[in-house]
Amino acid sequence: MLEVRELHLALPDRSVRRPFRRAPRVDILRGVSFHLTAGRTLGVVGESGSGKTSLARTVLRLHRPSGGQILLQGRDIAALDEAALRPLRAQIQMIFQNPLSSLNPRHRIGAIVSQPLALLGPAGGARVRGARARRSAAEALLERVGLPSAFVTRYPHELSGGERQRVGIARAIALRPAIVVADEIVSGLDVSTQAQIIALLRALRTDMGLALMFISHDLSVVRALCDEVLVLQDGKVVEQGACAEVFARPRAPYTRRLLEAIPLPEVDPGWIERAGVDDD
Amino acid sequence: MAASQLLKRLLLAIPTLFGVAVIVFVLMRVVPGDPIAMMIGPGATAETAAELRALYGLDRPLLEQFGIWLADAVRGDFGISISAHQDVARLILARLPATLELSLAAIAFAALFGVAFAVTGAYWRGRPPEGAVDAFAALSLAIPDFLWGLIFILVLGVLLPVMPISGRLDPRLDFAAVTQFYVVESLLRGEFRVLGSLLLHLVLPAVALGLPLTAIIARVLKSSLIEALAQDYVLQARVKGFGRWRIILREALRNALIPTVTLTGVQFTFLIGGTVLIERIFGYPGLGNLAITAVIDRDLPLIQGIVITFAVMFIALNILIDMTYALLNPRLRHG
Ligand SMILES: Nc1ncnc2c1ncn2[C@@H]1O[C@H](COP(=O)(O)OP(=O)(O)O)[C@@H](O)[C@H]1O
Ligand SMILES: [Mg+2]
Repeated sequence: MLEVRELHLALPDRSVRRPFRRAPRVDILRGVSFHLTAGRTLGVVGESGSGKTSLARTVLRLHRPSGGQILLQGRDIAALDEAALRPLRAQIQMIFQNPLSSLNPRHRIGAIVSQPLALLGPAGGARVRGARARRSAAEALLERVGLPSAFVTRYPHELSGGERQRVGIARAIALRPAIVVADEIVSGLDVSTQAQIIALLRALRTDMGLALMFISHDLSVVRALCDEVLVLQDGKVVEQGACAEVFARPRAPYTRRLLEAIPLPEVDPGWIERAGVDDD
Repeated sequence: MAASQLLKRLLLAIPTLFGVAVIVFVLMRVVPGDPIAMMIGPGATAETAAELRALYGLDRPLLEQFGIWLADAVRGDFGISISAHQDVARLILARLPATLELSLAAIAFAALFGVAFAVTGAYWRGRPPEGAVDAFAALSLAIPDFLWGLIFILVLGVLLPVMPISGRLDPRLDFAAVTQFYVVESLLRGEFRVLGSLLLHLVLPAVALGLPLTAIIARVLKSSLIEALAQDYVLQARVKGFGRWRIILREALRNALIPTVTLTGVQFTFLIGGTVLIERIFGYPGLGNLAITAVIDRDLPLIQGIVITFAVMFIALNILIDMTYALLNPRLRHG
């Protein structure tokens, strides 16, 4: 489905400014490899600044990698230009960390979730035409993520944090992608809202057969959702494996430090199901 | 903007206008120069001067003069012009449409080209077109509007005489206008030769007047566009595969317009003030040109009337800008 090999990313160093010269580049990702499978979730953990967001953006080709391959359904998209990428974009979608800044404050919720359908159409499907068809598509998507369909006429600032994040999810699944990348999407939310969002992701993963890449610095959330986990430190993978295995027997000292640093509460395996009961 | 807010702004305009009236009144009586002396010339007797002074009420105490002026002004009577011997309100109303047409043309020019330059610079960021937009903005801001006027006259009127440089309309065309809104009226009446001549006369003064505002809009809007383009919702639009023009025009532009409207709003009022010199330079028969004549003649009632008219224009413009701002920002509309 998605295979990433030896991914490297170098970006201009924003802290250095020299007149008439190109800013020197700093290495942000140094040889990251992993693969994503339909219906399964890969957790990406690492402390702040370890390169998680950069990895997500590079996989989505918002950055151009300086080396390596990104194989989407077997096709390498690492070096494609914007025009060649456009028809492939529906297959891989992203949910951003900050739902407010990722929703255009000037657009209504209905327009936000239905725009991609009207402009491009879902993966392998026809474009949605006409105002009424757009509206009903938007309503269906909102209901899908557990929001009242009346929200189509609202603006982002009129919603709560959890509701905005659901809009972000609705928009991400609108094009029926095969892969969804979620970058710290529950970080700003309270615990019970977090649980509801995670329950929603689980349901969607099962229903749509999504391959999910779930980025978080919160290890307890990752443990609750993910099948495999990848530990990132300074743009390098220090540990990678089945989630239960890594959490039970961390091999890299960095992973051990991460696990110790975050005081894990005794995880009650049923907490998500109970908190998210009104979601399925 | 809600109706109640509009009402509040209109009520607030009253003390503002009163303040303006007081300041002009005092100022015009403090500066040297006697309107009556300007009017009658050196040969007249002292009696004649005294008579005239009494006629225009200039012999009364200052406070009383102001009281009389104010009482008349609220009824729409701004007195009789000392130099033109005509009703001040009439004189002003005859000139105001020309100034409004000129200012609107300048603002339209600035808005159109300012936005076009900003979008060009943002689209080709870091490439030669952005450099060209920056250079244009720096140059347009370094040179004030009246100097642009003189440059245009020199280059396009004298060295390479392709454009009319004086007046509002070719005097050979005979246009029996009902209103003073010549452009609007000739358009409505289908008099296209007249319209053509009007527009041709309007180009240079409007461009000279609008250039600094164009530069400010280009600069402010370009940087807020670039800022908006770095927002997550723009990245999100890229993830969806939206085209680059669509992202700039549909996702970023409206958000970027808000700081631009706020920051350039003040410049609109400078532009209105700029009509005074520009109209003089281009011999354009508007309110600004009349203002300079009035000051030279120390025509107190006329100056007062013109200043109040400009003040009303400034206030109306500011309310209009705030309404635009509310229209662009759904947060204000609903909150
Ligand atoms: N556009 C950029 N240009 C230069 N450096 C960047 C850019 N974006 C991120 N970085 C740097 O890359 C590193 C990783 O950042 P990021 O991917 O945001 O980490 P994380 O999401 O794990 O917190 C940080 O040191 C950050 O300063
Ligand atoms: Mg991050």
